[in-house]
Amino acid sequence: MAERKMVNLTIEGRPVSVPEGTSILEAAKAVGILIPHYCYHPGLPVAGVCRMCLVEVEKAPKLAPSCATSVAEGQIVHVHTERALEARKGVLEFLLINHPLDCPICDQSGECELQDYTYQEGRADSRYRDPKRFNPVEDFGGDVLYVPNRCILCTRCVRFMDDVAHDTVLNVSERGDRALIGKFEGKDLTHAWAGNVVDLCPVGALLSKDFLNKARAWELDRAASICPSCTQGCNITIETRDNSVARLKPRPNEDVNKFFMCDYGRLNYRWMNRTDRAESPLVRTEGALGSIDWDVAIHAAASLLRERKVLVLASPRLSNEALYLLSKLIEGNGGAGAFRVATGDEAPLPGVEDLALRRDRAANVRGAELFGFERTDRPLAKLGDGDVLIIADDDLEGIAAEELSRAAQVIVIGTTLPEAAREAAVLLPVTNFAEEEGTFTNLRGRVQRFMQAKPAPGLARPSWLVLGDLLGALGKQDGFYLPSDVFTRIAESHPAFSGLSYDSLGMRGLPVLESDARTRTRMGEGLGMGQEATR
Amino acid sequence: MGGVESPDMAAHDSPAHGKPHVPVFSGAVRGELDELLTRYPTKMAALLPAFWIVQRERGWVSEDSMAEVAGLLELTPAYVKGVVTFYTMYHQHPVPKYFIQVCTTSPCGICGAEDVVRSLLRHTGAAELGVPSADNRFAVIEVECLGACGFATPIMINEEFIESVTPENVPDILKRLG
Amino acid sequence: MGFPHKSHARETPLLTRHFGEEEARTLDGWKKRGGYQALEKALAMTPAEIIDIVKESGLRGRGGAGFPTGMKWSFMKPGDGKPHYLCCNADESEPGTFKDREVMRWTPHALVEGCAIGAYAIGAETTYIYIRGEFTEPLVWMDRAIREAYDAGILGANAMGTGKRIDMYVHKGAGAYICGEETALMNSLEGQRGNPRIKPPFPAVSGVFGQPTTINNVETLAAVPEIIMKGAAWYKGMSLSNPKSTGTKLYSVCGNIRYPGTYEVLMGFPFGEFLHDVCGGALDGRKLKAVIPGGASVPIQTMEEAEATLMDYEGFVAQGSMLGSGGVIVIDDKQSMVRVIARLARFFAHESCAQCTQCREGTAWTTKILERIRDGQGTMEDLDTLLDLADLMTGTTICVLSDSCAVPVVSGIKKFRPEFEALIHGKRVHPVLSAVA
Repeated sequence: MAERKMVNLTIEGRPVSVPEGTSILEAAKAVGILIPHYCYHPGLPVAGVCRMCLVEVEKAPKLAPSCATSVAEGQIVHVHTERALEARKGVLEFLLINHPLDCPICDQSGECELQDYTYQEGRADSRYRDPKRFNPVEDFGGDVLYVPNRCILCTRCVRFMDDVAHDTVLNVSERGDRALIGKFEGKDLTHAWAGNVVDLCPVGALLSKDFLNKARAWELDRAASICPSCTQGCNITIETRDNSVARLKPRPNEDVNKFFMCDYGRLNYRWMNRTDRAESPLVRTEGALGSIDWDVAIHAAASLLRERKVLVLASPRLSNEALYLLSKLIEGNGGAGAFRVATGDEAPLPGVEDLALRRDRAANVRGAELFGFERTDRPLAKLGDGDVLIIADDDLEGIAAEELSRAAQVIVIGTTLPEAAREAAVLLPVTNFAEEEGTFTNLRGRVQRFMQAKPAPGLARPSWLVLGDLLGALGKQDGFYLPSDVFTRIAESHPAFSGLSYDSLGMRGLPVLESDARTRTRMGEGLGMGQEATR
Repeated sequence: MGGVESPDMAAHDSPAHGKPHVPVFSGAVRGELDELLTRYPTKMAALLPAFWIVQRERGWVSEDSMAEVAGLLELTPAYVKGVVTFYTMYHQHPVPKYFIQVCTTSPCGICGAEDVVRSLLRHTGAAELGVPSADNRFAVIEVECLGACGFATPIMINEEFIESVTPENVPDILKRLG
Repeated sequence: MGFPHKSHARETPLLTRHFGEEEARTLDGWKKRGGYQALEKALAMTPAEIIDIVKESGLRGRGGAGFPTGMKWSFMKPGDGKPHYLCCNADESEPGTFKDREVMRWTPHALVEGCAIGAYAIGAETTYIYIRGEFTEPLVWMDRAIREAYDAGILGANAMGTGKRIDMYVHKGAGAYICGEETALMNSLEGQRGNPRIKPPFPAVSGVFGQPTTINNVETLAAVPEIIMKGAAWYKGMSLSNPKSTGTKLYSVCGNIRYPGTYEVLMGFPFGEFLHDVCGGALDGRKLKAVIPGGASVPIQTMEEAEATLMDYEGFVAQGSMLGSGGVIVIDDKQSMVRVIARLARFFAHESCAQCTQCREGTAWTTKILERIRDGQGTMEDLDTLLDLADLMTGTTICVLSDSCAVPVVSGIKKFRPEFEALIHGKRVHPVLSAVA
């Protein structure tokens, strides 16, 4: 790739060096200066219409829109001069003259850029004395509601649907101060990625129906995570209120999902809040499952496993850590591991290369394969008479209880006890994905961390911890006190993961070595580069 | 004066829902569009001309015709609607037989355009601007500068441009329409 | 007196000399008047030679900005392998301006010829003449002229037998003032909303359909055949004032004036004499109060300023305004300046494309305040607010529509403040007409 020429300039007195063609707005970001803006978004073509990002460039007669002005050698840019501040204060006043100022009932309140910049730079009052314009709320279809009175016509939503989703269902209709975002009757925001317009909207004009009136932004706790709904591995934030997942939001990652996530993944979170959970370890004694403490349960399970051939039916939604430890359970006993995957239609986001809702609707299919689990539609085919069957987070959907009867013993490691496994000998209750931390390997072999977003119910424990204890009880492996301990062991022992660590993964992830050609070599992605990737 | 009349109401697209849309672009009209398409390097560029044809044929631009044009020009209906609503000369609703537009921008305004408006309202029987007359033959609206300021006050009746209208000659102009 | 009246002795009719002659509208009639000799002459020259002549003539854009035409043409890089386009801006919509309408109505072939020469000079095979939809009559005449020119082999694949391709099409606008802004015109031509584009890129680099494009006003292009025939020196010599302003200029005069119409005078003509003598001065019993000399977007002049003005690009600037489009709106002492300005603001609010915040919201807000003052509901603070809004709306948006709305407000309040204050304080200095709507 040809080296781009670097341009040197000064922004707010700070020297900046950025590639030729960079906008002043992006150059300012590089030295930690956020120039207020509305219509600009790094994932969309530049519109230059909100005029909020006006800055003063020395020797230029007019204020420059920093999103639409390229850097030039020797340029001296002032963001906070009186002239620039006055102009932006003016934009804010203009934007608010027809705005209903209904923050108390607006979902965007607390994460609204109109609020933020008005507090930061706006006027304390308005000089507007005339009636405000009014338009009724409109259902745009999909998960999206349009509140035109709050709209600032930044056109991010229109540009997303047009340039990124390639499905022009939104437009700017009419002109002058009558203008508003419009659509065609009968053509709704049904695109698989349409929900992103809600995130892109800098104000409360586009709202999620799913999240409507559910929580105030400041009541939410946030955890960085990875979307569990397909193999793409979109980076997300899990937002919880009172330890219940309220919504999922995309988290920017240039290499995976840019700024976006699909509606399927976005809305597929209710299972994380299930309350019918296994909350205590259960061990069968005298024909009945009974609640018992963890040590006893672990040892009960270990005793069933000794000297037995083990078949593990694992879920590809489990973390790399859990799958690695599960793979150790079949080592040396002639056992096998299998997994199955729910599938659906692929739905690409055409404007972004290699981004789609994937057919495989589980996050860690690649991880399961790397740890030697076999993908199959007949998961119990290899179950021999007298084997021990471990069901690790598979819900046994479509499997009858009789099919399990060949097993000498059934151990369930899961969030619930599936009906078909009601005869299990041991149930070890584990946390679900939102309640633990770990890593997934996406379809391109990128390893990415996810964080715990909510506490575990009852006595349930993270799967890596349960499995670590179980291996310890079997005398196989020991010394896992943190999920990173497991990952360190993976990196040491599994060639595909060699050289990786939680630290080097950061919050953006890194590709494993044996993944396909599109991923970069490990050398270039070492510790030092990992830091950069988190920027 | 036949040239100024818009087509018979019977031929207009009905705003009523449920009626199937009769395509505008078939036969000779389709040929006209095909010729237009040779003038531009993109299909999209024929959008404004296409809607002039729609309005000529149907008297107004219905949502159905927007969808039809969108299909012909390989655009989405939403895109097309965004463009159509930008331009004020496309009627997005059926209009009466005589649609009268009066320029009232400042140059005409200081030459008595508002008196012309009043006279037109009185003689057409339209109660107010934009509201069709009781017999549904006329509607009068104000428009921005028609670009004939030296001939104050210019008005347009459908596609006919009439200069130097005064409150006094309004009755004669309306009489001509029959 | 300018068309539709008889030409005044002090006019210099060049583009207007055949106005009113039915025969001049036809190809035969036009040829009889020397038409298409310039095109023939031009096609025998190299494009560079034509551009040099136009440069030398000092011809500047007649649409409002006054950019040197020859220089604009020279921005079109020959042999870049890309299709070039010429767009003729016939979207004449600036309130007070109707000169291009008359050029197209009376001498459509002058424009066809000018466009053909321009297209050849910039290496364009295709010309689009973008005419506003309300110009039903000019549309008919231009269509007819182009058809005649095609039929006579003047246009087409083998223009005038030279083997050069010159195609020309009329594109009908549909009601949007902003499409007179060149980048909005290009978007509109492409079948988009008429939203002005951010510059750069400039049209000569990436214009209509993303290709190198030149956009010229009707009057500019119609003057080109004359320059080709009579030479750059002749055209350059036609100035009473400034060497930077050459040739004749069309003025459409309207409002409270005895003989409204289209006039053509030399650059540098004294504006006072023009108004009082050439245009016949005030109507009986009235006195002229103010002039907006270059279409609604330029600052309002007091009569003192107007009478001290020499009519050229620099002369109007020296007297607090601009030449603009040459649309002269004359306002007499019967009129309320507040009403005039409020109505202009309403115009701009109606025509704002809605892209930029300051324009979309500012034009509408400005209108509301002005109409409040007009109706006797204003306050002195409103005047300060208006001036502040005007400041915020100037130089901050993609195009200058927002600036144009601010211009009459600022110049009006500055020069006619007592009228505003009288309304605010309840003293009605002018008979207030009851609002229509």
